[in-house]
Amino acid sequence: MATKQIAGKIVSVSEEGYLTDPSQWTREVAQAIAVEEGITLTDAHWKVIDFLKKDFAATGTLASMRRINKTGGIPTKDLYELFPDGPLKKAARIAGLPKPTSCV
Amino acid sequence: MANEKIKKVSIICSKGSLEGIYPALIMANGARMEGIEANLFFTFFGLDAITKKKVKKIKVATVGNPAMGIPTIIGAIPGMSAMATWMMKKQMDKLDIPPIDEFIEMISAAGGKLYACKASVDMFGLEKDDFMDEVKKILTVGEFYALAAGGQIIFT
Repeated sequence: MATKQIAGKIVSVSEEGYLTDPSQWTREVAQAIAVEEGITLTDAHWKVIDFLKKDFAATGTLASMRRINKTGGIPTKDLYELFPDGPLKKAARIAGLPKPTSCV
Repeated sequence: MANEKIKKVSIICSKGSLEGIYPALIMANGARMEGIEANLFFTFFGLDAITKKKVKKIKVATVGNPAMGIPTIIGAIPGMSAMATWMMKKQMDKLDIPPIDEFIEMISAAGGKLYACKASVDMFGLEKDDFMDEVKKILTVGEFYALAAGGQIIFT
């Protein structure tokens, strides 16, 4: 498993750059990953990240786009605007969660 | 070429059964989730997927579908198709795969573009108003090819 330095911390990451140890996630790490993705985090981004983390803690799986919409109350259109070119993948990576495995 | 990322897909949906429509929708939505531009072109019975009066009534084909694993004569019994459809929908809901009308809205919100085929629209005597609002335009085949230029075309 690879490690990398991000936001002044050494973190474990998968080949594709997803954190493999959720306990290493901090808001600063999230900021730094977002910068790598070309995203400046705003309150709207944090709403998505916080929902994903809370939902993951409760269900043990990464929420689908539909769940973020229906349960998280965040419109699909907004998700694509906040995290362009791969909303779920980018949001999951910034939230320190695993890469999406579902087709929807 | 091998490592080049796909940038655009144009998917043709030509079938009106549940199992005929979903693959096109899943592929279009999946493309958008990967940041790939996606066009969906509905033709022939595929139009049912975007026709307001039909979209909630789409069923699994239990006749002429060897993969169902039941004899054709059993598949033809009234209610069989409804039952197979109910079972499949229940399973899909578990996987968070939305019903067709909601899926169409989701793909549109995701920036996927939906079109109806002119020849089929004329053949079935339909008009733009018969389709869900998410349908952008009725296109001729020529216009579809122009739109698909520079990307991949997938026929389902």
